[in-house]
Amino acid sequence: MTTAELIGQDPGWLITVKAFMVFGLCVILTLIAIWAERRIVARMQMRLGPNRTGKFGLLQSLADGVKLAFKEDLIPKAADKIIFVLAPLISVTVCFLAFAVIPISGPVSLFGRQTAMQLTDLPVAVLYILAVTSIGVYGIVLAGWSSGSVYPLLGGLRSSAQVISYEISLGLSLVAVFIYAGSMSTSEIVAAQDRFWFALVLFPSFVIFVISMVGETNRAPFDLAEAEGELVGGFHTEYSSLKFALFFLAEYVNIISVSALATTLFLGGYRAVPGLGFTEAWLGGWFTVFWFLGKVSLFFFFFIWLRGTLPRLRYDQFMKLGWKVLIPSSLAWILVVATLRVLTAEGASQFIIGGFTLGVVLLVLAASTLYERSKVKRQAFLHNIGEMPEPSFPLPVMPTARKNERLVIESHE
Amino acid sequence: MNNESNSNELEPLNRAERESHEVIDNGPSGFASQLKGFWVTFRTMFKKVNTVQYPEVKEATAPRFHGRHQLNRHPDGLEKCIGCELCAWACPADAIYVEGADNSEGERFSPGERYGKVYQINYLRCVFCGLCIEACPTRALTMTNEYELADDQRQKLIFEKEDLLAPLRAGMLLPPHPMYPDADDQTYYRGEVPGASPLQENIAEPNK
Repeated sequence: MTTAELIGQDPGWLITVKAFMVFGLCVILTLIAIWAERRIVARMQMRLGPNRTGKFGLLQSLADGVKLAFKEDLIPKAADKIIFVLAPLISVTVCFLAFAVIPISGPVSLFGRQTAMQLTDLPVAVLYILAVTSIGVYGIVLAGWSSGSVYPLLGGLRSSAQVISYEISLGLSLVAVFIYAGSMSTSEIVAAQDRFWFALVLFPSFVIFVISMVGETNRAPFDLAEAEGELVGGFHTEYSSLKFALFFLAEYVNIISVSALATTLFLGGYRAVPGLGFTEAWLGGWFTVFWFLGKVSLFFFFFIWLRGTLPRLRYDQFMKLGWKVLIPSSLAWILVVATLRVLTAEGASQFIIGGFTLGVVLLVLAASTLYERSKVKRQAFLHNIGEMPEPSFPLPVMPTARKNERLVIESHE
Repeated sequence: MNNESNSNELEPLNRAERESHEVIDNGPSGFASQLKGFWVTFRTMFKKVNTVQYPEVKEATAPRFHGRHQLNRHPDGLEKCIGCELCAWACPADAIYVEGADNSEGERFSPGERYGKVYQINYLRCVFCGLCIEACPTRALTMTNEYELADDQRQKLIFEKEDLLAPLRAGMLLPPHPMYPDADDQTYYRGEVPGASPLQENIAEPNK
């Protein structure tokens, strides 16, 4: 029996219970995630991070939440009141929606009924996730627009441009998964990875997905939408109290849900690491939840690692990466995957498939060689700039140039 | 130095020629060298943290840290401060207030003619620059390493003489009391007074 058939038999009360469980999981994971992020980033900077509230500071995010709730709730005079209130609600609602189709565990028994920890399954579940996460952009754009202030507006615009650009490569990276799994249902994609994880089979797709999911969630190094140094706080500059807390919650639930999506599509979801398949039966099947959460936290750690390591990209570099690198390369990759798939389905000989693969590899090598050559040429051109016509205006002396300058002067005399 | 003054007299165009320099842009560095940064942050996670858990753990300050002031005593317990107000004059923040008074034979606080009767330091104003310490002619005023000077009332942060005076150590006698037998302020200044003698004590008693 497939997971879809299994959860299709759930009575209404069980669906309600599962909905509450998924919601609770998201909220608790957010609280832990904020704490973990602060502690780990602190370690990367040789600090300790919050360690005073509760054991190891575990209650820090809860305390911050309570503090936020008691703050004054301001609505600026220039704000469009209805949309201003609506925007954080949109943001926070849709990011929880994405979690509905994520398979969290294998078949388990809950209150005496056989089911799986997945709220619902659709034949187009992954498309549904893409759809609801892109509605989340509305929250950001509307928040920026309705604040009646310039910084939030700029933040909102940046964010919309960013999410739209990266959604394309995110979607394209999933196409190869659909081709291989032969389905868009999350539970069937998990089932299709019983032998090899798609992260290995479709490695380029995996890399593109991981990069675009960072862009999609407005996280460092792609956090241009709320670039603190440039835009104060970005789209949520004018928000305070619980409305700000909702944006904060939405950001973290989003990170967790894209991590969960990546786990489902590329790392075999709730399934155990190959070779440890026997653990899936432990605790009556509930042990699969630990596999799922372990893989999600692996992705979350990657998010934190990125934040601790990389500086924020400039806006044009960011757009260049999205449009000139990620989208063309994922299109080319889809072409390769589709051709291979068709060749296998048509029953082509090993020779033809091997020849095609070799051809692709050679093509990639040739392209990268040409690129390197053009880079060398460009550098040579830049090095020769010194021989170009003199500028007619005085240039300031850079500190590094001082030494050379002195040499020049001495040789003049 | 000579070269620079010459270059300023040149025509702008020549100066530009001289001061222009190559811009070297090698583009983004290779993939492997970009991964180095990830290794740095990962390795740092396992290093010893710099954080000090302050109220529970207190690290020693640098030996010459500028902390709270102290008014020192001579080895027999007499105060070193002579009420000259040089510290107050040296203070750039006007944080010190001194009122001197005459020592009398019956009531002597310091060797010599004068002593500091009122001595106040306002720690709301003090910038801990140490100019008062440099100004003090008798080394009466020095600084300790004590830095916990926060309080909840402004009045509490004006330290009086009794807050600043160094504690009485072994062999010291609480002033007022007469000088060491056959000693004068010069002897005290040269550090030739070893400690309080019983003679000083006997005379000190009736005055109390």
